Amino acid sequence: MSRLGQLGITLGLMAVSAMAYAGPPVEGAMEKQATNWHAIIMFCIFVALSMGITYWASGRTKSTADFYSAGGGITGRQNGLAIAGDYMSAATLLGLSALVYSQGFDGYLYMLAFFAGWPVILFMMAERLRNLGRFTFSDITAFRLDEGKVRTMAAISSLTVVCFYLIAQMVGAGQLIKLLFGLDYNIAIFAVGILMMVYVTFGGMVATTWVQIIKACMLLAGGTLAMLLAFNQFGFSFQTLMEKATSVHKLGFKLMTPGSMLSDPINAMSLGLGLMFGTAGLPHILMRFFTVSDAKEARKSVLYASGIVAYFFNVIFLMGLCAILIVGQNPDFFEGGKIGGKLIGGGNMVAMHLARAVGGDMLLGFMAAVAFATILAVVSGLALAGASAISHDLYARVFKKGQATEASEIRVSRIATICLGFVAIILGITFEKQNVAFMVGLAFGVAAAGNFPVLILSMYWKGLTTRGALFGGYGGLFSAVAFVVLSKSVWVDVLGNAAPIFPYTQPALFAMPVAFILAYIFSKTDSSASAKREIDAFEDQYMRAQTGFGASGASKH
Amino acid sequence: MSAAMYERMRVNPKFQKLVKERGRFAWTLTFIVLILFYGFFLMVAFNPAAMGKAVSDGSMLTVGVAVELFLFIFFWILSAYYVKVANSKFDDMTQELIKQAHKEGKQ
Repeated sequence: MSRLGQLGITLGLMAVSAMAYAGPPVEGAMEKQATNWHAIIMFCIFVALSMGITYWASGRTKSTADFYSAGGGITGRQNGLAIAGDYMSAATLLGLSALVYSQGFDGYLYMLAFFAGWPVILFMMAERLRNLGRFTFSDITAFRLDEGKVRTMAAISSLTVVCFYLIAQMVGAGQLIKLLFGLDYNIAIFAVGILMMVYVTFGGMVATTWVQIIKACMLLAGGTLAMLLAFNQFGFSFQTLMEKATSVHKLGFKLMTPGSMLSDPINAMSLGLGLMFGTAGLPHILMRFFTVSDAKEARKSVLYASGIVAYFFNVIFLMGLCAILIVGQNPDFFEGGKIGGKLIGGGNMVAMHLARAVGGDMLLGFMAAVAFATILAVVSGLALAGASAISHDLYARVFKKGQATEASEIRVSRIATICLGFVAIILGITFEKQNVAFMVGLAFGVAAAGNFPVLILSMYWKGLTTRGALFGGYGGLFSAVAFVVLSKSVWVDVLGNAAPIFPYTQPALFAMPVAFILAYIFSKTDSSASAKREIDAFEDQYMRAQTGFGASGASKH
Repeated sequence: MSAAMYERMRVNPKFQKLVKERGRFAWTLTFIVLILFYGFFLMVAFNPAAMGKAVSDGSMLTVGVAVELFLFIFFWILSAYYVKVANSKFDDMTQELIKQAHKEGKQ
């Protein structure tokens, strides 16, 4: 463990030198801010704390079960916090508060779509996931289907989701840190990448979970405090707040009316489907169902997670509304002091400006540190999910056909984590100047169409065969990516074509049926002997799913 | 060993009862959530004006915001209800089923 200590010291030195270099602004100086010492000190406290946890966790990460699922020893309440932490990225806090600030009710609608997947996951999936799975969600699809083929597919689509999500997080991280901390973009990217590698390689799921829990608590505390201080200025009266907000906002009373975002019913349905079922197909979220001891705790996890998410979305809604007056009417927050002009740091800075306006530099520093911690924690969760797809699914189960030793499997997952860390750094630097807003949508679309249909069919439909699963899974994956490439966000905004070929923003309404229909047709027409065996094997899977008997338990220590 | 356990549980009428009751319960709750959620989204898409009306004269609270806040709370209450029932009633039934199958296996 002295290796870890050394690494910690090296990192500490790196952080210090990074700050020293952050002095004079170079190019892109327009957006870069003066070095924010409050934020940096608070963030260093967070890093020190999380390093301590990683050190502690590394002593407890001996088996593959420890590494992937914290030995199943996380309680429902802890896991609920961690799930909420995984789900609420920096984009949630910054993006959604900015959306409410500019669009009012439309932002609130978005939040409901992000939330509504949770009860459905709880009713339909939580119990079966826990009863059938062990480390990754493809344990479930591989239960009775051809392990080599379905795990390879699940690993491909998991890694696709993880990479898209990573790009969004890394680019967001670099820009945010440049803004909030006054650090150089590339240094910020390296800091995120390297810290994430340390957490995951040494501490595995135990460290990742606790980093996530701490960050979730910080996010809840900071957000709630900012909301209370802001709302206090209106005497905690929604009526007063809205009377004032609608009188100054350019939308007027329309602020609380559904706007343009969901005016097209097909787009609205597609967005709803994509966000709802995308949640149920995100590999880093699904992985969290295996960190608890049994189905009882898995259900509790979802209940806590969804309660926290619902609460925090409403906090963000109020923050966004208060910001209309507190930030939107204060010339200090606009470039050149022109109210209604461009916000300093761009539209996504609403929550940060609000924190500064109501809580001064201390609260701004705290929220900035929270945002950094949030990115770090979400990136760690993603890296762990990606690494387990490589080491558990591809290496141990497909390549070694289940014959890998635990030590070699852990070694592969650590190497995979480090590789993913460098991939994340490279992607972050490559995509610096790109608009990556569509990446999260793409990740949700691929999760909803590539992962979810096969997963839910393998749990509920006896007739699913390997052939059907492969056609459904790859069909969903490719059609989701194709629809996004042909939509406005890539076809027009990135590739520079005149008009989009696919007119909607979210692919789910079209890509999900493709996956389900292909899976159905190619299962039904599969008359091979292996298909019959797979269908017969459903009975045992069904008994285990229903009773939890034979499910992997918590590890001994 | 587990195959034999599964066989004993499968033929137990209590298993059929558990699966039927829990399945019906979970599906009912799921349908409620799906219908309310997509119903709300379609209302928003087809009749935004109705969603933008104030709940009462002079109030700044619109129907849309009120309904959505209600959905947030209601969905969570449904979740809490599901967890309460599944973690007590249905888990007890499952435990008894497993215990019985164990006992039968020893005879």
